[in-house]
Amino acid sequence: MSVLSQLRRRGSILPPPPTNYDGGSGGSGGSFPLSRAYIATWILLTAIIMLFAGLSSAYIVLRGLPQWQNITVPRIVWANTLVLFASSVALEFARHAVRRNQPALVRQWMAISGILGIGFLAGQVVAWRQLVAAGVYLATTIHSSFFYVLTGVHALHLLGGLVGLGVVLQKAFANKLTAENHEPLKVAALYWHFMDVVWIYCFLLLLLA
Amino acid sequence: MTDTHGHQHEGEHDHPQLGFWRKYVFSTDHKVIGIQYLITAMAMAVIGGTLSLLMRLQLGWPHGSFPFLAKLMPKAFDNLGHMDPGFYLSLVTMHGTIMVFFLFTAVLTGGFGNFLIPLQIGARDMAFPFLNALSYWVFLCSCVVIFSALLVEGGAPLGGWTAYAPLSALPLIDPHQGTGMTLWITAIALFTASGLMGGLNYITTILTMRTKGLSMMRLPLTQWSLLITAVLGLLAFPVLLAAAILLVFDRVGGTSFFIPGGIIMGGKLIEHTGGHPLLWQHLFWFFGHPEVYIVILPAMGIASDILSTFCRKPIFSYKMMVYAMAAISGLSFIVWGHHMFVSGMSPFLGSVFTITTLLIAVPSAVKTFNWLGTVWGARIQFTSAGLFSIGFISLFVSGGLSGIFLGTSAADIQLQDTYFVVAHFHLVMAIAPLFAAYAGLYYWFPKMFGRFMNETAGKIHFWASFVGVYCVFFPMHILGIGGQMRRIYDPLNYNFLQPQQILNEFISMSAFFLAAAQILFLVNFFVSIWSGKRVTENNPWKATTLEWETPCPTGHGNFGPELPVVHRWAFDYSPPDAKEDFLPQTAPAVPAARQH
Amino acid sequence: MADGKGPGRITTSGLAFGALMAILIVVSLWLFMAKPWWFPTLASVHGAEIDAVFTAVLIVTGIAFVVTQAVLGYFVARYGASGNEKADYWHDNPKGEFFLLTGTALILVVLVFMGQRVWLKYYFSDLPKNAVTVQVTAQQFSWFMHYPGADGKFGRTDLTLVGTSSPANQVGLDDNDPASKDDVVIERDMHVPVNRPVVVRLRSKDVIHSFNLPYQRVKQDAVPGLSIEVPFTPNVAGTYEIACAELCGNNHYKMRGTITVEASEADFEAWLKTKLSERTGD
Repeated sequence: MSVLSQLRRRGSILPPPPTNYDGGSGGSGGSFPLSRAYIATWILLTAIIMLFAGLSSAYIVLRGLPQWQNITVPRIVWANTLVLFASSVALEFARHAVRRNQPALVRQWMAISGILGIGFLAGQVVAWRQLVAAGVYLATTIHSSFFYVLTGVHALHLLGGLVGLGVVLQKAFANKLTAENHEPLKVAALYWHFMDVVWIYCFLLLLLA
Repeated sequence: MTDTHGHQHEGEHDHPQLGFWRKYVFSTDHKVIGIQYLITAMAMAVIGGTLSLLMRLQLGWPHGSFPFLAKLMPKAFDNLGHMDPGFYLSLVTMHGTIMVFFLFTAVLTGGFGNFLIPLQIGARDMAFPFLNALSYWVFLCSCVVIFSALLVEGGAPLGGWTAYAPLSALPLIDPHQGTGMTLWITAIALFTASGLMGGLNYITTILTMRTKGLSMMRLPLTQWSLLITAVLGLLAFPVLLAAAILLVFDRVGGTSFFIPGGIIMGGKLIEHTGGHPLLWQHLFWFFGHPEVYIVILPAMGIASDILSTFCRKPIFSYKMMVYAMAAISGLSFIVWGHHMFVSGMSPFLGSVFTITTLLIAVPSAVKTFNWLGTVWGARIQFTSAGLFSIGFISLFVSGGLSGIFLGTSAADIQLQDTYFVVAHFHLVMAIAPLFAAYAGLYYWFPKMFGRFMNETAGKIHFWASFVGVYCVFFPMHILGIGGQMRRIYDPLNYNFLQPQQILNEFISMSAFFLAAAQILFLVNFFVSIWSGKRVTENNPWKATTLEWETPCPTGHGNFGPELPVVHRWAFDYSPPDAKEDFLPQTAPAVPAARQH
Repeated sequence: MADGKGPGRITTSGLAFGALMAILIVVSLWLFMAKPWWFPTLASVHGAEIDAVFTAVLIVTGIAFVVTQAVLGYFVARYGASGNEKADYWHDNPKGEFFLLTGTALILVVLVFMGQRVWLKYYFSDLPKNAVTVQVTAQQFSWFMHYPGADGKFGRTDLTLVGTSSPANQVGLDDNDPASKDDVVIERDMHVPVNRPVVVRLRSKDVIHSFNLPYQRVKQDAVPGLSIEVPFTPNVAGTYEIACAELCGNNHYKMRGTITVEASEADFEAWLKTKLSERTGD
């Protein structure tokens, strides 16, 4: 049941305290609309938002100073953005498939998403190497510094997401994801889409210098 | 009617026998983890406290010679036994860093948070027990790393716990700012990771694992404060991490986030350009101000609950206490500029921050009135825990009021960077929380270890500490009014400070007295673990909250085969319609009018 | 358990706590009213208003302090447990709370207005026209005062010229600039005439320092990369100290200077002339 319909019915997102305790196994026990894993993922994402908020507010402040010098963002970064977007779409197809009880499709789309994710990271590395080849290093200008730092921090988080995808893919192969209970996929998808949104935010920020 | 004089439950949660290491060291049981945090934080307190005694030695007798110390630490003293000024500043830096993060945040949030949350909400453990254990071990790593900063060749960093750039961004500007500073940053990053794991657990657990009948507005204030603090930490610490990441790149990557052009080092212009030192301050204080509330809020929650218990009276205006804590934490994100009134920040922003800062005084005042309202008409039991919770109120008032001077930007011009600030933040962020932590330790010691701490020693500890803290920190207001700057190795270097040097001597002597009282506490704590008077009942303090339904000490799984069911709020002390002078939260609801 | 509505028991502990509160109040009243140690004596025009704001806050917080600590001490002394009485159960008083809350907020609003008047006046007034302008450069661990001389123009300073010899050299004064001919750069020693506005242009060569004149109620951080104007009017002649009020490195405590407020314009001009002749060797 979607969170919104729960809200409409109950008037609050927080459920009444549970009647049956499941011993802290982290699953969606009792009468909860939201699993513990889901809530925990949102908490993690909040922290990540604040990290990027800190970095980007630094960017905005320094952007306003007179010594700012622009660099040209490598064109491949546009392609990387499309690849990351495609990986999110693939992950959505996987979610669709799990709700329709199509385990083969679930595994297929998850694998595609992961490969596209790796493709994004590879493309980012290419972008860095292109910059270096053009003589634009970490310390060349503040804009370049932020380019490397923002893309680097994002890439590290995406790498973490890839590891998570791998874990969920393994669960898919072990037939642990069902239409009723596929919390790990839900949570991994939430994280992944979020990283996509963070990327678009960083990308726009770096472009609109 | 609930049996509050319960004996040891045999219905303890069935559990396979664990070896010593899995049970007491690498445990995922929140109670063990909580105690691990407490003891580690106490060790850090001893280190941080020792550093402050060395500082006070120097400030009390700035031209003094200390041959004994010079023999112990030859690199920190010259051959006449005088302390090295760089060493003095590294003491200042490490004292602040260790106390703020590795003592106060750790003991209140990590120690009491872990121990109490599942117990007070009627759960068997946290939502993510393994992650919980991991958070402790990462914390322990961060303690080791910060300690190692004291031991490296160039010495510990000397830029203050606030690590302002560019001093912190230029490793070659002083040996202290080299490896020592790098270790500092690493320790803070590890601490942030640990805090995030903890916060994740706390929020998820409190929101989703409360037992039947325990609505949010029936939570003890300790739980509210821990929940709100966890949210604060989530929002604030990552910004510190962002600043630390940028600082690391400035230090080793040649970037210039915080370093403007035009800096001369070693007589030559350095190559950095384009950054802004104030950016560090904005990022740091955006984190730093919520951080001080991360320290004081759990202290307020714990002190409130314990006060209520030993006043045998409900906390005054529970709802407003909750709203006030929420208001304080929300406002805490828009006041950070009051640390920067004379920093070169736009004076217009200075006006904005004065308004928001004085606004945040209002919910704090509300809480103070409520504490007074709790004591009014009470029937106070003068246990050690009760005394410390009362002392907390006096100290918070003293520390909070001096904040009004500093929040008023015009008055702050003269007081900024003086000992007036040092007095303010010690009273409100160190001493008041310390008293709340002591209250908590005396109070929950029976629940943790199945024994009492020695009450006589506890009372001596209280009276000596209460007098001691005022003797140490109250005169500092006067020092600051007189103009004594912060972080000054030798105040006698200035003529205008010489007449008040006697205050420095008085403070230093009081500090040694105060330290002795804390040693009494430490001895009491550790000796009592092994040979304190045994507790023979579940609820020796006759308290209402759920942890007192469990045996002393609480066993694995916390509650018997059935989890408790809550029927009332946590403050039914001296209820008129009951025989005893309290009704625990599990006491069934009365059909009559009084429902909470 | 008797349902006593008794008066509570006065206990030794309670009395001891009450006594400590009384001592605290007496000692703090003595410290803040008899003022055995207090602010450095006021020596500037705008300083009077800053001191007035402090006094206003002191009165408000002083009353709050005394009342709160006294009430706490009294309650603790009075309401000890007697073993057979229950405490009062009341725990809400919305009207009382509302009154206290709005009262506190109102008092704070008044303090904000009083303080902001002074703050805005200090920072948003036009710089005085007839001011003595001095460029003060902070560095680890000293101060350099750069005067423009009779032509009123500061000689060009260039950071690439900075060396470690004379004060003029340490601020990078370009001797090829004609405006530099009558400039004077002195280390740690600042002179200004009494009753004439001064504008300090504050800068830093390395890390953040803070230009602090305790007697004149002046404090402003010196930030590398920024040049900040700090106006004040000294109105009492004498020699005072300059302190650095922002941790800047291991010899932060040694960043002491002096500011001499000359009793007359003539004295000040004479001093400048002496310093100029020292520099040019006349």
